[in-house]
Amino acid sequence: MSPLGWVGAALVALLLILALLGDAVSGYRYDAQDVQHALEGPTAAHLAGTDELGRDLLARVAEGARISLLVALGATLLALAVGVGYGGISGYIGGRMDSWLMRGVDVVYSLPDILIIVLLTEVLQALLTGIPDLYRRVLALGLALGLVGWVSVARLVRGLVLQAREEAWVEAARAIGVRNRRLLLRYILPSISGPILVTATFRIPAAILAESTVSFLGLGIQPPFASWGVLASNGFAAMRSYPHLILFPSLAILVTLLAFHLLGEAVREALDPRGRDQVARRQDPV
Amino acid sequence: MIRYALWRLLQGIPVLVVVATLTFALLRFLPGGPFEREKALPPEILRNIEARYHLDESLPRQYLRYLADLARGDLGPSYKYVGRNVTQILGEALPVSIKLGAVAFALTCVFGVGMGLFAGVRRGTALDRVLMLLALLGVSVPSFVLGAVLVLGVGLGLGWLPAALWEGPLYVLLPAITLAALPTAYVAQLTRASVVEVIDLDHVRTARAKGLPERVVQLRHVLRNALLGVVTYFGPLLAVLLTGSFVVEQIFAIPGIGRFFVTAVTNRDYPLVMGVTLLYAGLVVFANIAVDLLYGWLDPRIRLGGPER
Repeated sequence: MSPLGWVGAALVALLLILALLGDAVSGYRYDAQDVQHALEGPTAAHLAGTDELGRDLLARVAEGARISLLVALGATLLALAVGVGYGGISGYIGGRMDSWLMRGVDVVYSLPDILIIVLLTEVLQALLTGIPDLYRRVLALGLALGLVGWVSVARLVRGLVLQAREEAWVEAARAIGVRNRRLLLRYILPSISGPILVTATFRIPAAILAESTVSFLGLGIQPPFASWGVLASNGFAAMRSYPHLILFPSLAILVTLLAFHLLGEAVREALDPRGRDQVARRQDPV
Repeated sequence: MIRYALWRLLQGIPVLVVVATLTFALLRFLPGGPFEREKALPPEILRNIEARYHLDESLPRQYLRYLADLARGDLGPSYKYVGRNVTQILGEALPVSIKLGAVAFALTCVFGVGMGLFAGVRRGTALDRVLMLLALLGVSVPSFVLGAVLVLGVGLGLGWLPAALWEGPLYVLLPAITLAALPTAYVAQLTRASVVEVIDLDHVRTARAKGLPERVVQLRHVLRNALLGVVTYFGPLLAVLLTGSFVVEQIFAIPGIGRFFVTAVTNRDYPLVMGVTLLYAGLVVFANIAVDLLYGWLDPRIRLGGPER
């Protein structure tokens, strides 16, 4: 792996640690108010300053890491599961069924995604009842992002399966009597796991970006919860007077996206050094 | 070619119907209605209002009514902007969004393709690495972060350009740069990858061998072929610019379509939400057709056909 790839990997590891520790890293709770010290810039007591209710911004950014990563990882896993299943079956069956299944993908692909994500999130929030508010919102947004994001995975996997299906070793496996299900699950899918892994690495930052965008718009995760989008939105409103409020959440998002992109590029280069695998190159942003 | 375009347009109709159906269903799943206030309206008045907008009818009936109106090009009245219909509202906001999108698109094409070509033909040099790092940074910056930096730095700090609102030609610059940054970086990555692939091909070597100036080789023989890989992204690019303009319009307080969507969703202004979604979906359909036509023009090997006979 290239040096930059290692930088990316290290940053991602740090980020995961931050998300696991949550607000414990700062010694304050993310929702502990201290109005006497509201809107202070960075000090020794509050390394990233405080917000309008005197809540420690570092604690809130760490809590945000937890929420944003949870949403993004959930969305990515869902998109992968649905996309690999759908695309794998479509490509393996082929023929008329395949073209019908892909027509469905085309329709979802031409949806204006942020709009549908917003609507889906609102609906899912209403449908999911009986769980704590924060988890309801996280789950709703993660599901919505996954339900819109699976199509590009499906397209990629379908193309790869179509290619693999024609190869001699698949025919050989079939000749020795490997059944369809086993052939797809145990032979073909593992053979294309590289490009799928690359796609997954690029989907995570795309999901983080989408989460923060939707929350920034004031839909999705909402105050008092502290996803990065919420924090940035809050900071944006007051950025002329209190720039630290937007600076730290923005830095967190920026470094995270950069880290995942560096890691993704490195993984891609390691698996496909000559860049021949056109299809596995990247995910379209958002 | 015209036959092909018409055929594709025809195919777009079911897509729009699916979008309309999906949006309709999602909207009606949302809790709360357009006329629910914190202080509840008297039931008789509420009934009258609902009867006026046919909200008292059964859902399937309302759905069919909407589709029938849509087929006549009528997007219905807005519930919140009383006295104006959705077509008027979108008609006023669309030119603003289109202008913003067009400038951003131009910036993306010129700088994205330019950067990619420039870096690709200098593959492996320090300049190439710097440009690609820049592109990597570009795909990692959310528009609200870049927007904040530009507003604070260029708009308010240096005072070179207006930091918000929409009152003249200069007002388009900061929002367009904010909107274009991510796609520009992405197009630069795509272009460089294609250029690197094309540059070792035989026809490029032939062009050099017969003594063409390097500039002609790069533009006519490398770029034209490399663009094939990039143009496929132009359809999704338009979608990114459209939906991206949502956030950008919020940041810069621009009276485009994106601004209506967020308030329309929270207000449960059903026809306005439907109108915005359908408009975006329609634009994406158009963009994809345009991309396919452009593709056929760039690559004569591709023959565009109508329906199979």
